[in-house]
Amino acid sequence: MIIEKQIKTFLQLTVKFRRVTKRFLLILLLLTVFTSVRAQETCLLDQKPVQDLVQDYAGVLTDSEEQGLRQALIAFNDTVSNQILVVTVTDLCGYDKADFTYSLGEKWGVGQKGKDNGIVIMVKPKEIDGKGEAFIAPGYGLEGVLPDAIAKRIMENEMIPHFKEKDYYGGIAAAVTTVMEITGGEYTADDYAKKAKMKNFIPFIVILLIMGIIFYTRAKQARRYAATNGLGFWAAWSLMNAASRSHSGSFGNFTSGGGSFGGGSSFGGFGGGSFGGGGAGGSW
Amino acid sequence: MKKSWIILGVVALIIVIAISSIVGSYNSMVTMDEAVSGQWSQVENVYQRRADLIPNLVNTVKGYAAHEKETLEGVIEARSKATQTTIDPSKLNAESIKQFAAAQDGLSSALSKLMVVVERYPDLKANQNFLELQAQLEGTENRISVERKKFNETAKEYNTFIRKFPKNIWAGMFGFEKRDYFESQEGADKAPEVQF
Repeated sequence: MIIEKQIKTFLQLTVKFRRVTKRFLLILLLLTVFTSVRAQETCLLDQKPVQDLVQDYAGVLTDSEEQGLRQALIAFNDTVSNQILVVTVTDLCGYDKADFTYSLGEKWGVGQKGKDNGIVIMVKPKEIDGKGEAFIAPGYGLEGVLPDAIAKRIMENEMIPHFKEKDYYGGIAAAVTTVMEITGGEYTADDYAKKAKMKNFIPFIVILLIMGIIFYTRAKQARRYAATNGLGFWAAWSLMNAASRSHSGSFGNFTSGGGSFGGGSSFGGFGGGSFGGGGAGGSW
Repeated sequence: MKKSWIILGVVALIIVIAISSIVGSYNSMVTMDEAVSGQWSQVENVYQRRADLIPNLVNTVKGYAAHEKETLEGVIEARSKATQTTIDPSKLNAESIKQFAAAQDGLSSALSKLMVVVERYPDLKANQNFLELQAQLEGTENRISVERKKFNETAKEYNTFIRKFPKNIWAGMFGFEKRDYFESQEGADKAPEVQF
């Protein structure tokens, strides 16, 4: 009788608990929706980096144009390691176009850390408030190959003529092509690949070390086990392993740690490059 | 007997922790102090970059507007004054920064006067060489504002670090002083008045 009662109350409790969790989840869901809506309203500069090389907030590119551009930029990043971010915006949050563009690059860390080989190409279409503005900002490391005068020339000769005819894709694509041609020779993929290899190498050593330590302590235990029970070393070893097999599954956690590499056509993320205010812009 | 050993051990442990924390914060202070000095040389670099552009700019303008002698001489004079004023990073203080800023602001206003004059010469404004110099000059002004901002940020980071308890005690002991910021001069941001 008492046991039955206990089971009943237990069941009631679990039902209550479920209801509570359901409500909690609902609130959580509402909260995330609310905050994401709010995030869209705030300035792009105050947002967390969006890990994408083409970000068309002004909506001037078609899906296929955007996709094509993205693939080209990802391929460029994979081969040369220079990161070009193309961003179209509707609002400069009250900043000057130059200030907005390199602040975005600096805050989001476009380019590789140490090389500072990022480029941000920002376009604010004219249709929004009657003033079209664009800026090309190279990171510190690319100021040498893409000097201000060259950036200005790209702006005046390749971007603005297209933009004046509302051909935003044409202008952006022409600028991206030229920028790629100019900056393509600066860094080879070699030293980038080396770095990536090192990154994979370190966790490998750590895992090896941990495995070695585990093996060593196990062997020590097994030797002791063998000595006290009058068994051979390997018999003791296998006995001990059989006993502890139930909790040997925790190794799987390591594989998820290094899994973010590779992936031919996806973008690995910005590397923490820095910007010094170089580049040039224009308006139309 | 045993109790006194424990007390001794605890005291020793506390001393070790205290020393390691002092050493740690001392080293961080050195690093951050050096970062401020390093950032200052970046600031001077970009100002130097601007000064380096000026001879070329003046020559180009001369070709088209030779009789704007006064303005051109003003720029050259301001440039020589600005390049003479440099600060040793170890002697960086409010006074020296002010002097540096005053000299540079003199050059800024001379340059903006020149840019106003240039408006009267359409041929010059169409000159490719001049356009590129102008783009470089604009870029350099952007770089100046970026490096100044970064200098103030590094200085602020360092100042916040040394003023926090208990690091303020060690900072006082080892003579780490608050760094001064690169303040904007009054009126430096304003564009010069156009006179006809």
